[in-house]
Amino acid sequence: MRRILLASLAPISAIVFSLIVASIALMLVGRSPITAFGAMWDFARTSTSVASMINRAVPLYISAVAVAVGFQMGLFNIGVEGQYLLAALFAGWVGGNIVLWAPLHIAVILAVAIIVGMTWSGIAGALKVTRGVHEVISTIMLNFIGFSVIAFLLLNYFKDPNGSSLNLATPPLPPSGQLPNLNWLFGALGFSEPRGIDLHGFAVFAIVVGVFYYLLVWRTRFGYELRASGINPGAARMAGVDPNRMIMNTMLISGGVAGLVGLAAVFGNLQSYTQDFPRNLGFNGIAVALLGRNHPVGMALGALLFGFMDRSALILDLKDTPKEVVTIMQGVVVLAVVIAYEVVNRFIERLEIRSAAEATREAVEGAAA
Amino acid sequence: MTEPRDAVELEGITKTFPGVVANDDVDLTVREGEIHAIVGENGAGKSTLMKILYGMQSPDDGVIRIRGDVVHFRSPKDAIARGIGMVHQHFMLADNLTVLENLVLGSEPRRGPALDFESARTRIVELGSLYGMPLDPDELVETLTVGERQRVEILKVLYRGADILILDEPTAVLVPQEVDELFKNLRRLKDEGVTILFISHKLEEVLAIADSITVMRQGRTVATVSPADVDVHQLAELMVGSELPTPETTESTVTDVVELSVVGLGSRNEDGRWDIEDITFDIHRGEVVGVAGVEGNGQSALVDTLLGVRRADAGSISLAGSDITEASTRDRRGAGVGIIPADRHRQGLLLPAPLWENAMLGHQWLVPYAKGPWVDKKGARDRTAEIIDRFGVIAPGPDVPAVALSGGNQQKLIVGREMIAEPSLLVAAHPTRGIDVGAQADVWDEIRNARRAGLAVLLISADLEELLGLSDTLYVIFRGRFVAQLDPRTVTPDELGAYMTGVGVSR
Repeated sequence: MRRILLASLAPISAIVFSLIVASIALMLVGRSPITAFGAMWDFARTSTSVASMINRAVPLYISAVAVAVGFQMGLFNIGVEGQYLLAALFAGWVGGNIVLWAPLHIAVILAVAIIVGMTWSGIAGALKVTRGVHEVISTIMLNFIGFSVIAFLLLNYFKDPNGSSLNLATPPLPPSGQLPNLNWLFGALGFSEPRGIDLHGFAVFAIVVGVFYYLLVWRTRFGYELRASGINPGAARMAGVDPNRMIMNTMLISGGVAGLVGLAAVFGNLQSYTQDFPRNLGFNGIAVALLGRNHPVGMALGALLFGFMDRSALILDLKDTPKEVVTIMQGVVVLAVVIAYEVVNRFIERLEIRSAAEATREAVEGAAA
Repeated sequence: MTEPRDAVELEGITKTFPGVVANDDVDLTVREGEIHAIVGENGAGKSTLMKILYGMQSPDDGVIRIRGDVVHFRSPKDAIARGIGMVHQHFMLADNLTVLENLVLGSEPRRGPALDFESARTRIVELGSLYGMPLDPDELVETLTVGERQRVEILKVLYRGADILILDEPTAVLVPQEVDELFKNLRRLKDEGVTILFISHKLEEVLAIADSITVMRQGRTVATVSPADVDVHQLAELMVGSELPTPETTESTVTDVVELSVVGLGSRNEDGRWDIEDITFDIHRGEVVGVAGVEGNGQSALVDTLLGVRRADAGSISLAGSDITEASTRDRRGAGVGIIPADRHRQGLLLPAPLWENAMLGHQWLVPYAKGPWVDKKGARDRTAEIIDRFGVIAPGPDVPAVALSGGNQQKLIVGREMIAEPSLLVAAHPTRGIDVGAQADVWDEIRNARRAGLAVLLISADLEELLGLSDTLYVIFRGRFVAQLDPRTVTPDELGAYMTGVGVSR
């Protein structure tokens, strides 16, 4: 119990702090923070808003997991952005051009996304292992290359010949490639069903990714070696963990997970890869990973918080309040949480050392007596 | 000259760390202008006491008086302001700066906004000639020998106005000739009125240089004696209690089965220079092969190459008859190579992780730590509890983080996790460095028992007593080569010292 309390101390203080900063920003432009936050809260409590919030949280969460896998061994994959966009393009194109038995069709789309994501991150991994190129540099570069490759492929090869020329897109998914929505969940839980927005079925895959991440990192030997390499590369090496193989595998897993990020939109409201496909999910995933401290549940809460803020910001425009205040809050909460964790962790570590020392002393005295 | 007064008085100093009482009601009085040695085994509390005196740690209890005034140091800055300076065992110099730049670093003399190097240069030359430590202020530190670097460290402290000098094991890194030079410098400093606190566990040296000697044992001061009144044996007895710990193995257990065979082994660093070259030796089952040498002569390259963490660029390694020169670290460990690394924090432990995760490190693919691709948490915790129990690790349980353990107990955990896996070859680098006497004896016992059971051991150590006592065969490493093979039963420390410093390889 005390442990949970201590663990939530940092994120809660960070959120409070970011609320204060956002309030100051609101007051500086002459708006009442209480009215603004009140409106956001009221607006966000409808079923429609909850569905929208979850839809927004799903890709953020998967993106955060992709980043967190790398963080566990000190690898910083900034290339999730390029990896998911490229993967979504291929997955949308393949999915829109085939008709199969539905489960197989969906499996093919997933597989294409994972393989493309892995390929793109694998280039960065290979460059690091063979040439010593830092992954931050190579993944940023690969992002830019990826954006151009996408524009080129979409315009020249992947666009739907029957589609609009104003918004280029891959062919829409045929019925066999579509995932059913989860609107019935609201009814089952006794709420009204959302209107105008579906709770996308892809949310289930976010949960699968979360469970996969937890099992991989905390229950498997690979995850143990991954964490050991992150905590102490020298010791891991002496223990027979090959750093190069570890880097390569971690980049591949990170990229494979990243490949799934864009499927939230492909299976969701777009049903294809479009020219105006949602951007920045890769970068925001980094923020969510930091906010959730690479913890599967922490990142889920972080993604939901970001989803909530994005959704409820829509009401601010109607209230004549700049919705950019939400962007400020998102930025501040990440910064604040990083600092708050550092402070709280030092405090917890001191407590742990002290209690271990006390227990040791008791053990020694017990033995002496 | 007036009656010498007390430069430093420590009264009732107590300091505890998790699991250890480092200083227990310690009293110490150092007279002005004397060389006062503090001796004790590793872990007797010497370094902690000096860190307290230098303001790096604050005591839980007790009083510090400097020239009669009660002081409370919150940081080394306060101590420096009182004229106390400390020369650490590991030098804190910037290699790519000159002597002058290093000396002024942190207290740069200014004239307006600009650095005033000229006045600093003059002072350094003055200080150097006053204390008989001439140094060229414009030479780069990286070109200096270890002895010269130490002189830079000492001058740096004097430059900051210190007249009470703490030297933490200053001779540990020096070859005998450099030690003589250092002692000459120290006597000169004393003649100029500087008070010197000299920490060591080398008794002959202490007897040669000190005016008075305080002996510490298990966190307490047991006696303060004059070197004229004691000999080495009496001093050793004070230091370790009633009898010397004899690491000597009783009878030879060496078999004629070769476990490890190394032929012509060499490894180059990034600059293409050979860190180790042409190293050839065998270890038989039941044999301890010791490697003596001044640190930095290729010991760590040898360990890394044997473990496969570093490439062998020449020669071959075979374990129990099969060639492992190209094998991965993982395969070598799987084939029965155990390792007690030289630096337990950098190479041996996951400090923030629980003990059970530390116990499985290096054996993470083996039962009971793993079940197929999964970590077997229960199996690992049970095995950790067994290690804690069997190897006398003092810890509350397998779930506390390794960082909460004292150094000796961390070391025992490492020794335990390697031994319980029953390796066929153990590479032990400084297995008892920085741990207390009791833990040291335990580690020695473990090595001796395993040796009797047929374990082959490569023992790399800076502790000559440990090397001479445990080894069946002894090699000396100097500049990356084995320069001598000696019989530990007949070799004298002088002989060993000559080889270690390269004097013995005149040919």
